Amino acid sequence: MNASGLPALAASVLLAPLFLGVINRTKAAFAGRVGQPLFQVYFDLAKLIRKGAVYSRTTTWVFLLSPLVSLAATLVALLLLPQGGFPAALAFPGDFLLLIFVLATARFLSVIAALDVGSSFEGMGASREAAFSALAEPVLLLCLAVAAREAGRDSLTGIIGSVTGADWQRAGPALVLVAASLFAVLLAENARIPVDDPNTHLELTMIHEVMILDHGGPDLALLLYGSALKLWVMAALLAGFLLPGRTGSLVLDGLVFLAGMFTLAVAIGVVESTIARLRLHRVPQFLVGAGAFAVMALALIMR
Amino acid sequence: MRVLLDTAMVLLVFTNLRLLGLSRINASIRTVAAQGVLLGLVALASHAGAWNARILLIAAVGIAIKGVAFPLLLFRALRAAKIRREVEPFLGYIPSVLAGVAAFLLSLGIAARLPLPGRPPSDLIVPTALTTMLVGLLVIVSRKKALSQALGYLVFENGIYVFGVGVAYEAPALVEMGVLLDVFVAVFVMGIIVFHIAREFDSIDTTRLATLKE
Amino acid sequence: MLSALVLIPAATAVLCFFTRSASLRRALLLGAAACHAGISLATWFRQPGDAWNGALRLDAIGQPFLSVLSALFLVAAVYAVGYLRRESPGVREDFLEGFRFTNAPEAVFTGCLLFFLSTMTLVILSENLGLLWIAIEATTLSSAPLIYFHRHHRSLEATWKYLMICSVGIGLALLGNFFLAVAATSATGGSVPLSIHALCERAATLHTPWLKAAFILLLVGYGTKMGLAPLHTWLPDAHSEAPSVVSALLSGALLNCAFVGILRVFQICVAAGLGPYAQGFFVWFGLLSIGLAAAFLLAQRDYKRLLAYSSVEHMGILALGLGLGGTAAFGALLHAVNHSFAKAMLFLLAGNILAAYHTKSVSEVRGVLRRIPVTGVLWIAGLLAITGSPPFGTFVSELLILRGALEQGRFWIAAMYLGLLTVIFIGMAATMTRMAQGFPPQTAGASEPREGSMAIVPPLALGLVVLLLGIYLPPPLDAVLHRAALALGAR
Repeated sequence: MNASGLPALAASVLLAPLFLGVINRTKAAFAGRVGQPLFQVYFDLAKLIRKGAVYSRTTTWVFLLSPLVSLAATLVALLLLPQGGFPAALAFPGDFLLLIFVLATARFLSVIAALDVGSSFEGMGASREAAFSALAEPVLLLCLAVAAREAGRDSLTGIIGSVTGADWQRAGPALVLVAASLFAVLLAENARIPVDDPNTHLELTMIHEVMILDHGGPDLALLLYGSALKLWVMAALLAGFLLPGRTGSLVLDGLVFLAGMFTLAVAIGVVESTIARLRLHRVPQFLVGAGAFAVMALALIMR
Repeated sequence: MRVLLDTAMVLLVFTNLRLLGLSRINASIRTVAAQGVLLGLVALASHAGAWNARILLIAAVGIAIKGVAFPLLLFRALRAAKIRREVEPFLGYIPSVLAGVAAFLLSLGIAARLPLPGRPPSDLIVPTALTTMLVGLLVIVSRKKALSQALGYLVFENGIYVFGVGVAYEAPALVEMGVLLDVFVAVFVMGIIVFHIAREFDSIDTTRLATLKE
Repeated sequence: MLSALVLIPAATAVLCFFTRSASLRRALLLGAAACHAGISLATWFRQPGDAWNGALRLDAIGQPFLSVLSALFLVAAVYAVGYLRRESPGVREDFLEGFRFTNAPEAVFTGCLLFFLSTMTLVILSENLGLLWIAIEATTLSSAPLIYFHRHHRSLEATWKYLMICSVGIGLALLGNFFLAVAATSATGGSVPLSIHALCERAATLHTPWLKAAFILLLVGYGTKMGLAPLHTWLPDAHSEAPSVVSALLSGALLNCAFVGILRVFQICVAAGLGPYAQGFFVWFGLLSIGLAAAFLLAQRDYKRLLAYSSVEHMGILALGLGLGGTAAFGALLHAVNHSFAKAMLFLLAGNILAAYHTKSVSEVRGVLRRIPVTGVLWIAGLLAITGSPPFGTFVSELLILRGALEQGRFWIAAMYLGLLTVIFIGMAATMTRMAQGFPPQTAGASEPREGSMAIVPPLALGLVVLLLGIYLPPPLDAVLHRAALALGAR
């Protein structure tokens, strides 16, 4: 346990909903709207927490457990990430496997909670979520493997932030491929366009949103917050990978990192505004393409 | 310049994979056109610092023919044939993309066994050239429309062009003349034949070209 | 002298495109063919100097092929004039499916025929691998309109396949040329002329892995054009749909040109000490081609496709002979000459049969000997010639290749070769004699004109040449073939 990473942890926990807010404002700007306030997600969370919850008679304890455990698992993932100049709270060889594992755990719980409801819509969403994440997960693993190989380190602390300007000179194409692949996984794992649409209201086309239809009140707040945090984790992974070098000053590094994160948020907003959502049967193709990039990057680096 | 060239190579491979995953023919034509423009840039980047009239001419003609003329011709054929998408290729889109990745890995393997003499402008030239050629061949054999096959042939040619401008930098201009002549084949002869096929069969589906067989 | 060989047909071709009068065009065709033949004949008496800064050169390998090309084209030109008289312009009815179609304009046909001659001459004379490549590419371009002479869907299909497959092949050959340039760059570091002569001279300094890769690519590339299995798939279609005179030129001359391309590369490999490496490929491609052709020949229902597969077989024999080396390499060169004449003769005769019976189906042709007797007799003679029976020249050359195999103690190869040739003989003889004998069906084309001299003299002349080559091999030809075999590493 490394306590010097606590400020970064606190900042992540606080800023994760703002990340969503920036994406939403970017999308609104593209659509020519003013859009919701930047802090709308915080207002939503506050409102939901005050509300009560209604539980269907068909649900069991699994349904109750799912939001809590998902959020907890995502928080564990956050512990493993070094952010800016701040070290990760936990670091050991092979910890990127744990990162993938805890993210999978969070997803597993939301999937079985959706099945627990017994509604056919949620079952459909669960099956899609499981199918697509089965494709996205190996890609993520492959990307991290490429990054580990490139950095020559086996812990996320070593992997992230070790890419220097010289590395970009030497292995630029491979790094670009990994970054593109990671970005695609980020979009797919966090239910963003072009894989899923967080704003859709048609159950037939939803993936993530349909799974949480039956959740309400504090449960929904936990889920909403959990998914914001997950987006933050993935984005921090990508931003940490992309930003070269360290200046040595904690404040400066932290600010650069935050700037990178919010640039990424804008980028996601731009992508969501300019790209049409893929038809469902094209989604595997999108993920296979991302996997192809990762494989190519691996081949380029191993060469 | 090396980074630039490397990036161009990766982009070329990306256009290849994209082509393999596309079903709409006009998007495919645009992808191949983008590839043609990239090729002109590759010609410039691989001779950075030593530009002369020959290189500039090759790049310009490459862009003009591969990036503009041929796509326009194909768009015209497309309108004449009134088709929009490649339906049911012999090899599906996901397997095609995977095959493209396999082609890339294979090309890396081959390139590792054939080290280039001297200091090439980029280590990725041979693998990219081979990948592009293999993808072109894959498109030729796996797609049904004559137009898609002509596109595949053009991609195949692009692969040779990459090798020609990137590696055979000392070879006489004759060889590069050859590249352009090849494009001439693609543009004129294939373009004309596609027209004839469209007129004769009211479609450009080569599965209809199946009278002659054993 | 050499540039005249290339330029006269090309210039005449341009004239043909702009000539309105059909008879003048036909006269131009015959004139150019005669000029070409005259000049090639003259090269036997006076060694011509290089032309185009040494890019054109007539050496021992080119000499026999040039003469074969000239002779074949002259004969084919005579036949073509007769053919064009029969093929009156306007809408015609397809005899197979009954739809109506037109022919390409005669000016295009004649012009392309002459361009075809010009480009094939260029292939044979090229001393530079780049020029050779351009020339082979140009043969594809100039022959595609010839195959698409009858404007209907079957010939269009054949043309599309021909263009697609040959263009891919030619693309691979281009890459092979690049590889060769790279192989030479590593040796000298400087600018690389792809001159065959220069490459052979400093072959020892070529970079071996790149040279090997270049050889494979060029073999596959030109092998596609030559019709080596399994890259032969365009060949039966193109040969069966093209007019017979074009088929005769494709089989008799074009395949040889591709063979010349392969010989040039092989020449460099031999000089670089990679002879045995290359020969291994030739043997397997050769046996595969012969075997595959045998399989398709046995139950062939279309007699033009039958002849086309026979071409695949003979290209296989050439490759096999080259692969065995020594006596067999000499035999392969002689066989290339023999095969050209014999196959062209058969295709011209097939054109006569097609004109008389209006069908390409073997089962509907009966009694050729009764209906068109001269063609029938020549058809049987052609059968004997193409299957390598004595006293024809093909017998001598096939025997030489067999001797080459036996001399080296490669008995398995010899046995396979003999076995496959026997199967092919049985297959072709069964089909072709059945066509010749019996009684012609009464209804079809009773009012057809009898065989004219324009349709009889050309195949007859070709048949006589093959016969002559079997009885007496002229000493100059013998000497040239020996020199060519020496250049290809035979001792």
